[in-house]
Amino acid sequence: MHRADPRLKICLTIFAIVLIFAAGNFFSLGAAILFVASGILLSRIPLKLYLKSLKPILFIVVFTAALNVFYGTGEPIWQWWLIKITKNGLLNSLFVTIRIVVLILASSVLTFTTSPTQLTDAIERLLKPLAKLGAPVHEFAMMMTIALRFVPLLLEETDKIMSAQKARGADMESGGVVQRIKALAPVLIPLFVSAFRRAFDLATAMESRCYHGGEGRTKMKVLHFGGTDWLVLAGAVVTLGAFIALNAAFPPAIVR
Amino acid sequence: MPILETKNLTYKYGTGTPFEKVAVENVSLSIEKGELIGVIGHTGSGKSTLIQMLNGLIRPTAGQVLLEGKDIWQEPKKIRAVRFRVGMVFQYPEYQLFEETVLKDIMFGPKNMGLDEKRARDRALEAAEFTGLKPELLEKSPFELSGGEKRRAAIAGVIAMDPEVLVLDEPTAGLDPQGRDVLLAQIGQYHKERGNTVLLVSHSMEDVGRMADRLLVMSNGHKAALAPTKEVFSQGEELEKMGLRVPQITKIMGELKKLGCPVDPSTLTVDDALKQLLPYLKERQGTKTTSTRPN
Repeated sequence: MHRADPRLKICLTIFAIVLIFAAGNFFSLGAAILFVASGILLSRIPLKLYLKSLKPILFIVVFTAALNVFYGTGEPIWQWWLIKITKNGLLNSLFVTIRIVVLILASSVLTFTTSPTQLTDAIERLLKPLAKLGAPVHEFAMMMTIALRFVPLLLEETDKIMSAQKARGADMESGGVVQRIKALAPVLIPLFVSAFRRAFDLATAMESRCYHGGEGRTKMKVLHFGGTDWLVLAGAVVTLGAFIALNAAFPPAIVR
Repeated sequence: MPILETKNLTYKYGTGTPFEKVAVENVSLSIEKGELIGVIGHTGSGKSTLIQMLNGLIRPTAGQVLLEGKDIWQEPKKIRAVRFRVGMVFQYPEYQLFEETVLKDIMFGPKNMGLDEKRARDRALEAAEFTGLKPELLEKSPFELSGGEKRRAAIAGVIAMDPEVLVLDEPTAGLDPQGRDVLLAQIGQYHKERGNTVLLVSHSMEDVGRMADRLLVMSNGHKAALAPTKEVFSQGEELEKMGLRVPQITKIMGELKKLGCPVDPSTLTVDDALKQLLPYLKERQGTKTTSTRPN
């Protein structure tokens, strides 16, 4: 999975997301899950890491699931005043939950197996047709690369500045909302100043190495669509076939 | 009673993760009031982590920091008060400036202490004078200042809090030779006049050799030594094993001693070396009729 062409991986992730949303019943959803699961297995990344990636959205999942339980139609299994729970509602809730979880897992497969540089490279290549319409695709990709590269740097810088201001007695942990916002100024101002300084430095460094944008620029790592990629693609086509068949063969699970 | 003491101080990064790393391990030391301590150590030896524990910016994993005999983490809510008493100047402190004028920036610390406008102003003016900041700069924006002036302003911002212990993390990094001499002289002057305790972290053996009463040598997160400067620099080989060295002049004097010159091998400054070498050379010239300049 790590070796597969990043362009293919992006396309397949989009493909998987479309499948998950287009799935009308549990059987076709199963096909989509199987597809994502094989991606997870092929990535050879411990399942624990994938579960960790679900943590931040746990609240959303539980919330949506809980809401869906009460929005069912048909015969109630259990009822109290205006609130009723139906079999249909429970099924809906289960369906939606699986959808969200698999969705996150699918995108995790992509981000876990692809470095940010590869990703932006692939995006640049995939968006290239837009360049004919005059869109600055290379510049866009370069901006993404730089932004991603600078996130950890800025975090580190924030940490340093916060320590320095704390050493001068800045109080960032107590007080009301207004006071807390005010307390941010001693951190944000130096941070912005240094971000601009870095930006100018970087621009100078790039120019002194004669960087002038995408035209005629060659790549150190040329993306190559190889044998593995054809295999993966074949797998995707088979999944698509099975998916369409299952979707048509069984009645939709969600009744609105 | 020592002003600052640590007992079995330990700090681990990322406890409970695969990336767990011990930055400082089992460091116990005791610093008397009025001392000027030089802190030396190879990059990654735990110096920065250690000094950040001294004013409660990071909380030790184990062990204690005692300020005048009292554990600074006894009441975690009052840790801010500790930071006013143990002033910390970080590496490249000029990046912490943020106010509209230099004076206001220097007043940031004193005002956080709860001083009123006038007293904060007095403290700031005094601190600016100590660091040799010209009065006409005080009403300027800190971003208009030159690099060296910014550094002075930032150091003044900490001195203005009048801390009992002042910790400086490589205050001369990135300054030109003259700038670093002047700044060090001012720190020495400040130390002498206020009589407070100063910890000076530096990579320059010449600087700490000239300034410090005692040296704290850190190696691999451990305290390798805390001894009078001359004593530490007489262990040249030990220091080199830790990726450190002795001041150049100390090395030269050591070599001269080996060659038979009657000089002190633990001389720390060029001035001291001259005082010993000039009389010796004159004497030699007097005894020999054909004098060659020793190289």
